[in-house]
Formats: sequence, structure tokens, C-alpha cells
Amino acid sequence: MLEGVAQRWRSLSLLTVVVLWVLAWALFRDHHTLVLDGSAQTPVFDWLGDRSDWVEKSAASGSNPLINFAGTLADVVNEVFSWLQGMFTVAQFPRPLPQFGWLGIIAVAAMVTYVAAGWRTVALVVPSFLAFGVLGYWADAIDLLLVTFFAVVVSCVFGILLGVVMAHSRWFSALLTPVLDVMQTMPSFVYLLPMSILFGIGPAAAILMTLIYAAPPVIRITAHGIRSVSPTVLEATDSLGHSRTQRLWNVELPMAKRTIIAGINQTMMAALSMATIAAYIDSPGLGQPVLDGLKRGQLGTSFVAGMAIVIMAVMLDRTMTAAGFRAELAARSGRTGGPFRRVGLGVGGIATLVALYLSHNYVWANEFPSRPDLGTPLRDAVDRFGDWLRSDLSGVTSGLQRGFTSHVLNPIQSVIADSPWYVTALAILVIAALVGGRKAAAATVLCLGLILGLGLWNHAMETLTACLVATIVVVALAVAFGVWMGRSHRVDVLLRPLLDMGQTLPPFVYLVPILILFGPNRFTAMLAGVVYAAPVAIKLVADGVRAVSPNTIEAAEAAGSSTWQMITRVQLPMARSSVLLAANQGLLYVLSMVVIGAVAGAGALGFDVVTGFRQLTDVGRGLAAGTTIVLIGILLDRITTYGAERAQNTQTASRARS
Amino acid sequence: MELKRPRAAGALAGLALAVTLTGCGGSIQDSTAAADTKCGDLNLAINPWVGYEANAHVVGYVAKTRLGCNVNYKDLDEQVSWKGFGSGEVDVVIENWGHPELQKKYMKSAGGDGSAVDFGSTGNEGVIGWFVPPWMAEKYPDITDSKNLNKYADLFRTPESGDKGTLYDGDPGFVTNDEALVSNLGLDYKVVYAGSETALIEAFREAEENHKPMLGYFYDPQWFLSEVALVKVDLPDYTEGCDADPAKVACDYPVYDLNKVVSKKFADSDSPAVGLVQNFTWTNEDQNLVAKYISEDQMDPEDAAKKWVEDHKDEVDAWLKG
Repeated sequence: MLEGVAQRWRSLSLLTVVVLWVLAWALFRDHHTLVLDGSAQTPVFDWLGDRSDWVEKSAASGSNPLINFAGTLADVVNEVFSWLQGMFTVAQFPRPLPQFGWLGIIAVAAMVTYVAAGWRTVALVVPSFLAFGVLGYWADAIDLLLVTFFAVVVSCVFGILLGVVMAHSRWFSALLTPVLDVMQTMPSFVYLLPMSILFGIGPAAAILMTLIYAAPPVIRITAHGIRSVSPTVLEATDSLGHSRTQRLWNVELPMAKRTIIAGINQTMMAALSMATIAAYIDSPGLGQPVLDGLKRGQLGTSFVAGMAIVIMAVMLDRTMTAAGFRAELAARSGRTGGPFRRVGLGVGGIATLVALYLSHNYVWANEFPSRPDLGTPLRDAVDRFGDWLRSDLSGVTSGLQRGFTSHVLNPIQSVIADSPWYVTALAILVIAALVGGRKAAAATVLCLGLILGLGLWNHAMETLTACLVATIVVVALAVAFGVWMGRSHRVDVLLRPLLDMGQTLPPFVYLVPILILFGPNRFTAMLAGVVYAAPVAIKLVADGVRAVSPNTIEAAEAAGSSTWQMITRVQLPMARSSVLLAANQGLLYVLSMVVIGAVAGAGALGFDVVTGFRQLTDVGRGLAAGTTIVLIGILLDRITTYGAERAQNTQTASRARS
Repeated sequence: MELKRPRAAGALAGLALAVTLTGCGGSIQDSTAAADTKCGDLNLAINPWVGYEANAHVVGYVAKTRLGCNVNYKDLDEQVSWKGFGSGEVDVVIENWGHPELQKKYMKSAGGDGSAVDFGSTGNEGVIGWFVPPWMAEKYPDITDSKNLNKYADLFRTPESGDKGTLYDGDPGFVTNDEALVSNLGLDYKVVYAGSETALIEAFREAEENHKPMLGYFYDPQWFLSEVALVKVDLPDYTEGCDADPAKVACDYPVYDLNKVVSKKFADSDSPAVGLVQNFTWTNEDQNLVAKYISEDQMDPEDAAKKWVEDHKDEVDAWLKG
């Protein structure tokens, strides 16, 4: 009962804040909005620009040992990578073709899959590899695989180690968590330039850049996996007198194995999602044809290369999942397979060696055949689709865009960005305190203060608006589709591949069709963010709805609830924590599209970041904008996380009472 | 178990034999052509626009086929490319649009560290300016004078620019004074950043097809102009030095003499490609043709370059002389 009153009081206060905010906006709009001119420089930008200059000078003169070490590291990585390329993708004089060709590579892939994940997965992996070739991107696909594997292997070596330390040391965990937050939310465009200064131009810079973004998941998930090993098991083994290392090797790591594999999987997906961005600094792989298509105005080219990335992502995801499942099974039963498997391994091993031999010695087994060619017809079909979008649909869509921008986006943006900065800051602070309590308020003060100090307040508020509006749309979609999928297995089976595709297709690929439909503006950028963020959010809600216990459902059915009542009174409230998590993840995913949105007219912070990468005079501005995006991310994450915690506590408290 | 193993191995051997037989004749042999080691590596930066690709692949193709160079194309932005001069990772930027800020940092003549050297004109003229789709120039003939733009500002209003007209700007990497120009010329417009060349092109394409008003930043040579012949709006004439203070600019962009920039290291080397890069010049029409092969005809850049080179033997021979 008491919680009900508190809840109502809080909603009322929130409403009051918003009303006061709008009033203050009406009175004082366009004053103290801290708008900064497009080409303006501030002392903060200059300072940041000088830091970047300093790194460049040190790299050139070789006077700083740390920077020299980066150079040496890059040389080693480049050396290893070019050896790998010589093996699989690049001909090295005088040999006209790489050492091993498609037949050998596919055989090795099939063999590895068979060993790690079983023969069913082989039936997925082999067609996937063939698809890379048939789509016309064999070498690019293998290059991307090499980059991804390189980044993932290094991530895992260090990541699992760090994860283990994090699980055992509270202070180390507290130290590392914010670093991981920054690694994951800092837009990669911000460090494209520093990376190419530190590590030179070449695969090393691209691989190390991919690593920064891809390593956090495996670190976090490893730590989580080890922390959740049941304490009773640990006590039992401790009583046997195990040392700490024994405990780690014999109990903790094996028991957390499946979780760790899930972490590696996440890291792999993250690495793959960097393919296109890394291509900006000449990373080998499928990102290059995606960007080529973008640059040459060829929708089809980008799409076909993007589809190859999707196929690779789905293939790797399913293989890792199957491998994790197998590892769990093996750990439980203690067996590694029967005689049938041993024969399979023997035959497979010999066949792989034969295939490698053939692909080393014969052109037909080395060079992927140019026929059948699926890439060209697919590309042409997509190009025709683009023409159709252009001629037949854009009339309707531009009306939609104008309406939404004028009546929804512009008014909200005006209240947030055109109010005096202190009004907006105060309003955000009060909202944060009401939603997330004291801890959220403290984080808000810190983040807003730093954003103010970095000097891009007005752009930050514009970007914040776009993110909030996009997130509301994402949550609405997540609830609608999540409930639909959670309630029907058939719908789930139907929609999930589409969601997988939405999640793994490089955003640049669907940015262009959206651009054709809606033109370059904030709406287009927002929509691209929604397309990117919705799949994750939908999946989370669907899983939450499905996890509602069947007993509860039956009880509600027996009580005669209608479908609508079932959804609104039972399933959604029970899946509340999933919906909150979906909102949190939706926000962060939308935020990570800010920079890509700038390519389609979003302006604001995303544009500042890209400018910093492209223009020498704006390096400082780019760094400031990137940091501001990180701060917005942390701000929103803390408010929603603490808010969700509070909601969870209230819910369990009220449930316990009733 | 005992029985299975030999049978499987036998089947496998049979398969291997069959496969080997069908593939016979196509065995891989080392190339016997003596490597022309005199040229060695030629590192060509590829800056992200199609006209640039046309230049780079034509020069690269000639260097590879006529001089025996091992050409490496590196997809890089302007800024990163120039940084690569010093470290030896980039030898040549084959089409440069001014970039005084990069010159100041890397060219001795402009007070920089001297890692970059100007290698002369490509023969291409770069024009930057404000453009409207052809249908507008036809319907409102006086729109091509910037003095009349305020009269038409209402036409260009979008939700992005509020009660002002929208002037679309492109990629953040492009040279632009547009914000200063709008305010210094007293125009009732707001600069809206379309964000990329792709976005600008799609917007212009749509504007022409559906007869929608649009005013935007564009440039020539650009392959898109052969698809939609955008019409330039005249700003007050450019005079020497009128753009010296970026905040006070009130004149048109200068005509850029697009040039080649190479690394000091490359310029001082005895690579035969030095002469080729130095001598390379062609016309805007030439570049637009190759760019059209690449973008509209979807040819591989290497094939596009080959086609042009084979059709223009004399020009190519002239580059290789001296």
C-alpha cells in the first residue's frame, strides 16, 4: 500500500518537473543555450588537439619509450598478419596464388567445427563459406575472418585473465569497470586517428582498434561466470585443501566454461561489428566493399558485402553456441565422444590434409571458381529496388518525416536544447534523483558538469534528445514485438533470423535505403538508430515474457483473464525487469549509432566526432565530442540502472507483502 | 571398428585420386617472369571519392604494367594519408584539394616538417560551390545568382532549418566556408549538414526526380554531374585573398588546381614511378569517364583503368617519357 503511494507521489513529481521545465522554457528560451559555432575553437579543444599532436611528434621522433613500444607491437602484429595473408588470401611473388586456397580453408574450417561443435554445425559452416565465394567476396571474407580471429584470440588471452582477477578482487573490479564502460561507449571514430598515429597504417592499427571495442564483453562475462560459481561447491573443494590455483583450474574455470564461451561469442560479434569502421583505416576485409558501395553510390555492392558479413556473424554465433553446449555436455558426462566420433576425426583429418595439399598445388582448388555467381544478380536486384524506392515511395515518406520532425522531434529538442543550460541541467538532475535516487543524482552531477566543461553543451542536448526519442520508439517496438514473440513460438521462429540480420548487418548498408526514403536529416539518423537497437531490445523482452512461469499463466487463465488482461496484468509486469533491461540496452545501442547517424544528417555530436577525424583543425573538437558521448552514455546508464534496481526492490517488496 | 577404418580410408583415397585427376593440368607454378625490382613498392593512398580512385588506378595500372611496380592501394582519409608520408607508409596522394592546414603541417614551403612535397598539377580543375537541380534553374532562371536567393528562401524551408531556407552541406572532410558565407552575405538560410557525399547525392537525385527544391554544396569533377547536370549558383566573384580570414569570407570558392602530393622519401628515390607521377596529367573529361566506368557501369577500378589506358596509348606514353 505504502509503495503505491510512493509510486504515485513520484509520478506526480515527475510530471511537475516536466511542467515547470516547459514553463521555464517558454519564458527563457534561446537564452544561455551555450550554442557553439561550427568552426569555433575553445581552450579545451586546443588542449586536446595539442595532446594528439604531442603523440604524433613523439611517434615520429621515437623519444617516448611507451610509444616506441606501440610501434614495435604494431610491427610484430603486421608481420604475423601478413604471413597469415600470404597463407590464405594474398599471393606473394613469385607464387601467383596464396599458399592455400578455398578447398583447403573450407576443409580446415569444417574440421575445426566438427571437433569443437559437432557435425550438425559443419552443415552450417560449409555452405556459409561457399556463400562467401559465390557472392564474389571470397578473399575479403577470409581477410575479415583473419582480422576477427586475431582480435578475438588476443582479447581472450588477456580478457579471461583480467576477468579472473576481476572476479576475485573487488578493488580491481571497481577500477576496471569504468575503463570497460569507456571502451564500449567511446565512438570508434574518435580513436581511428590516434590508432593510426600510434600503430601506423595497416592491419595492426585496425586489429588493435577492433580489440578495444571487442575485449570488454569477454572480460565482464568471465568475471560474472566465475563469481556465480556456487559457493557451496567452493566450500566443499576448499575443505579438501585445494590451493587457490588448484581451485581456479579444477573448479572455477571448468564450471564457468559455458559462460566464458558465451563471452567469447559476444566478443566475436563485437569484433565483427567493427569491420566497416576499421575499413576507414584500410583494414582488410568485407568492410572495404561496403564502403566502396557507399562511396560509389552502389546500393547493391554494399548490400551484397553486408550480407556476407551477416552470414559470417550467424555462422560464428551458431558455432560458438554449439561449442559451448558441447563443452557443457562433455563437462557433465566426462566423455569426449564414442568410437564413431573417433573414426570421424580420423577420416576428417586425412581429408583435410588432402584438401590442403590439393589447394596448395592446383589452381582449381586454390582460386574460388567465378561461377556460379550469385553476387551480380543479387546486386542488380538491390539496385533496382533502390530505384523503385526513389521513384515510387519517397512522396509518402517525406510527409511522414516532416510531420514527425515538426510535431515530435522539434518541440522536444527545443525544450531540452533551447532552454537555458541551468534549467535543463536542473531538470535532468531532479528527474535523475526521482527515478534513480541519490546515487543516480551524484552520477548526474558529475556527468553534466564534465559535459559543460567540455564545451559542447548545446550539441550534447541535441544528441540527447534524438537518443531519448529513438529509445522510446525502440521500447515501444520491443514491447509490441517481444510480447508477440514471447507468446507464440511460431512467430519467434519466423522473426528471429530477421532480428539476427538487423543486429549484424553493417548499419551503413541500411542507412542508404533509409536515406533514399527520408532524405538527409535527424529523422533518418534516428530511424537508423532504431533499426540497430530494436532487435536486441525485442529479443530481451521476448525472452522475459517466455520466462514467465507456466503456473502463473495457468492460474491466470483459470481465473478467466482475456488475452489483453493476460498481457497487461500478468506477462508484462512479470517480465518487468526484462523490459527495463531492454530500455537500458536500447539506449546504449542507440547512442552507439550517433556517429553513423551523422553521415545521414544527424549533425550535433556525431558530426563533431567525424569532423575531428577528417579535419586537422578539429581534432580537439572531435575528442571533446567523443568524450561527451561517453558521458551521456554513462549518465543514461546510471539513471536507468539505478531506476531499474529501485523498481525491482519495490516490486519484490510489494510482492512479499501481498 | 576394425573393419570400418580401412574402408573409410579407401573411400577417401579414391575420392582424393578422382579429385586429383579431374584437376590435372591446373597445377600452380611459380611465376617465371623476372621481377623488375627496380621499382619495388609503390604505396598509393586512396582517398574516399570516386574521381580520386580514377586517378589512382590509372596511375597504378600504368606503374604496374609498364614499370613493374608492386602497387599497394591504401584506403585512407586525406588526413591519415598525409600523416603516412613521414612514416613511409604512403608515397603518393594523387588528387589533392588545397588543404592549406595540411600543407602548413607537412610541407616545407608552408612552414611544415617537409615530409610532403608538391608534385604538380593533375590537370584537373576543382570547382566548389552551391548547386541547384536542373529543373529549378529552368523554372527560376534568376536563382543562379546568390543575390536572389533570399527571394526563394521559403521554397527551401525544411523542418531541419525552421523558418529559414536549408543549405545542405556535405561531408565534414570537405573544404567549406558555408556557415560564414551565409551570415556574411546576409542570407536567410541555415546550413544543415547532410553528413556525407552519399547523402548529398541521394538528396539531389531525389530533388531532380520529384521536382523538389534543394540547394546544396557540390563540386566538379564528380561522376554524379553526368547523371544529373546540377547548375551552379554564382556567389560574389573570387578575388585573390578574399578568403584569407575564414570568418569574414563573402566571396565564391577559388578554382582549385588539383595537384599531386608525394612523400619526400619517394621524391628523392630513384624509382621509375617518380617520373610517372610527376608527368601524370589529364582532363576533367578523362577523369569523369573513368569515374563513370567505376560508379555507374560498376566496373572494377582496375578494369576501368585498363580500358582507359588501352584507349589512350599516346597520353600514357607521354607520361612515361623523361
